[in-house]
Amino acid sequence: MDIELRHIHKHFGPVHANNDISLSFRGGRIVGILGENGAGKSTLMKILSGFQPMDGGEIYINGARVDYTGPQAAIRCGVGMLQQDPLDVAAFTVLENFIYGQAGGLALKRREGRARLEQICSRFGFSLDAETPIAQLSIGQRQQLEIVRLLSQGVKTLILDEPTTGISAEQKTILFNALRDLAARDGMSILLVSHKLEDVIALCDEVAVLRGGRLVGTRDMPATTSELVAMMFGQELPPQTRQPLNLEGAETALVLENLTLRGKRVTVENLSLRVRAGEIVGLAGLDGSGQEMLLRACVGLIKPAHGRVMIGGENLTGAPYRAFLARGVAFGAAGRLEEGLVAGLSLTEHIALAHETGALVDWPRARRHTEEQLRHYNVRGRPESRVETLSGGNQQRLLMALMPPRPLLMALEQPTRGLDVDSSRWIWQQLLARRANGTAILFSSAELDELVAYSDRILVFYAGRVFEIPDASRASIDELGRLIGGHFDGASEA
Amino acid sequence: MKTRSLPLQIGLFIAPVILALALAALLVLAVGADPLAVLQTIWEGATRDSRALGQMVNFWMPLTLVSIGLIVTFTAGLWNIGVEGQMVMGAVFATWGALTLDLPQPLLVAAEIALAMLGGALWAALVGVLKTRLGVHEIFGGVALNALSNVLLIYLISGPWQPPEGGSVRGTPPFPDAAIPSFLSDTFKVSLVAVLVVVAALVAVVLALRGTRWGLELKATGKNARSALLLGVPTRRAAMSAFIVCGALAGIAGLYRVLFTFVSASLRPGVSGGIGFLGVLVVLLIAVRPVWVPFVTLIFAIVLGGSARLQIALGVDSSLAGVLQGSLVLIVLLFNGLRGRLAAREETSEVTAHE
Repeated sequence: MDIELRHIHKHFGPVHANNDISLSFRGGRIVGILGENGAGKSTLMKILSGFQPMDGGEIYINGARVDYTGPQAAIRCGVGMLQQDPLDVAAFTVLENFIYGQAGGLALKRREGRARLEQICSRFGFSLDAETPIAQLSIGQRQQLEIVRLLSQGVKTLILDEPTTGISAEQKTILFNALRDLAARDGMSILLVSHKLEDVIALCDEVAVLRGGRLVGTRDMPATTSELVAMMFGQELPPQTRQPLNLEGAETALVLENLTLRGKRVTVENLSLRVRAGEIVGLAGLDGSGQEMLLRACVGLIKPAHGRVMIGGENLTGAPYRAFLARGVAFGAAGRLEEGLVAGLSLTEHIALAHETGALVDWPRARRHTEEQLRHYNVRGRPESRVETLSGGNQQRLLMALMPPRPLLMALEQPTRGLDVDSSRWIWQQLLARRANGTAILFSSAELDELVAYSDRILVFYAGRVFEIPDASRASIDELGRLIGGHFDGASEA
Repeated sequence: MKTRSLPLQIGLFIAPVILALALAALLVLAVGADPLAVLQTIWEGATRDSRALGQMVNFWMPLTLVSIGLIVTFTAGLWNIGVEGQMVMGAVFATWGALTLDLPQPLLVAAEIALAMLGGALWAALVGVLKTRLGVHEIFGGVALNALSNVLLIYLISGPWQPPEGGSVRGTPPFPDAAIPSFLSDTFKVSLVAVLVVVAALVAVVLALRGTRWGLELKATGKNARSALLLGVPTRRAAMSAFIVCGALAGIAGLYRVLFTFVSASLRPGVSGGIGFLGVLVVLLIAVRPVWVPFVTLIFAIVLGGSARLQIALGVDSSLAGVLQGSLVLIVLLFNGLRGRLAAREETSEVTAHE
């Protein structure tokens, strides 16, 4: 089955999640859809599988234009998507889930269904017992069930969204073999959305890479990890232009000693780090490699399993977030409206929360203060506007205005995520000004050029392991690409 | 959020009311009565003489107290369903004071109010501790504590506090005269002190929510506790304080019921009279806007107070009033839901853009 996407557009508010994407997929091939978080890959696949409507563009299947009304319509056209969390009904058994959603009216033909289920399972070596309740299955088994269900509904193009998250190595082997078999023998198109490069390298015949909502390019495999990273993050690194600060004799802002952080997916083990006043440390790595955990541990939002966190020489291990705030630590989360701003409150109310300390709020003064801050931080919005009406760039500038003016340490998750070039540059002017006053900055980023342009040092995270590039100005795209992809030979582990 | 023009805003507020009234009229017609006659009967039932008027006011006041208390917890994003139990515990604590303390009238009444606040606040603080420290959702904690408070109430009435003649669960002995604030007149049995307490509570809550850092912190916690925490708001403390304030106000409402509901003041089973749950409906109806409270509770009090006469005057079951109220709340919530859905469309699509 051949699929062609022409000029797909999708907007979410101010975000252009898919910007004029044209791509085609041929039957019999496994295609990796690559891109960092927010690149637009999941959106594109949801459009192709009918889970989301597009704002503009056309989809052609075997040369004929199709117009879906939803996922069921897409399945009838032969396109099925396996979601990260399989869409099954927990109270039902495997067989009931399998039969449910099949064509053939209301009669639940159990015997026929069971025969078909067992036939497909035995072909791929899936271990699914028809009478087991869904609640007792592992994620890998639920995934298998979903694949079997989509296949029996006549799907000819199978889309998988991060299918290897949370399944065992053995299940992964079975899954990959099944996918190869489906492509080779049945001529199906398999589209694999992933940011796990080793999976893409192991499985795919070609890749399509998205960045910031646009299609960067496609290429045939094989390719090396660093070639793929270069496509995902961009080819060129601008030279570092800012003046390096002399950090000799600077005071220590943050010390991490033998820190161990246990997360659901990754564990960061035995990390030690010392950050001096005025130093900027960039955290690189694919999404979810441990860098967010580290930032949150530095501000008390995650309690370390082992080790110590010292702020300005004081041991704050295990202290609550507010104790960190009181010692001059500022935190900026990636999700601005989820963690940082309060939708439904006005800008004045935000400024009052952050900067007015008395028991009674002097609203006229808070409003004047807000006007000053909005002017100073170049926020386009009125004091009485609700915060969710601001654009992303203005929200980020407001967050800057809410932070203490001279913090000891700032821990920032992707501080320029989703911002345009001007807004990003402005944010960094502000950050560099604070650094000049002695603020230490830790930040994570998905943009290699941002990491290289502003960091003094870079820590690269891969599956919880951490490697240090001591001088960011000498980092190369090759080196960063290798490290982000998990090839650490010869690098120094932090 | 787009700012809507004033006529449109008023329209959006009035439309569900008109719809609810139309539905109510249909219901009344369906049971074979004349809607206007029903309306007139309700009005006359509530206002026909100073005795009826007094009863109406004595329903209006505790409902107002409970509703402004619930405004506080709703502002903090909390569903304080335990408000019924908090009323009961306020009534229980105050009853202890009224039956055992030997003080002159003004002091005794003040002590009763303080005890009522203490009882309600303690019971609410329990819900708060269960919620903030032990992860028990406030609805479940509240329901459990409501049941417990009723068990305790029945035990006290049928055990330690039963009247000397004994053997009944009708209630405690009548309070001594010093425990009851004086009425405005023999027929209009409303206490000026009690009304002033309610007005003071209303004004205090409105001002506190508008003008204090506490009010701002509650609002931020209620709208997004995670962001509020990251902005430095002590969100647990905010939740606890909201529970305690609401519990204290519900406690006074419980005392009000004890003093002014029955022919003689005494603690009886069902002292809360469902006013707590009614308060939840009121607050849902007005979307947590405190200045609306006294007006909406007045309408509720008139409708409920006057509907008792429906049976006598028109042969219509008086539960019709409850049906009308329920459908009004449902229709208003439906409208809120629709409006929310329209407004949320753009926002949710922004959220999914992060995936």
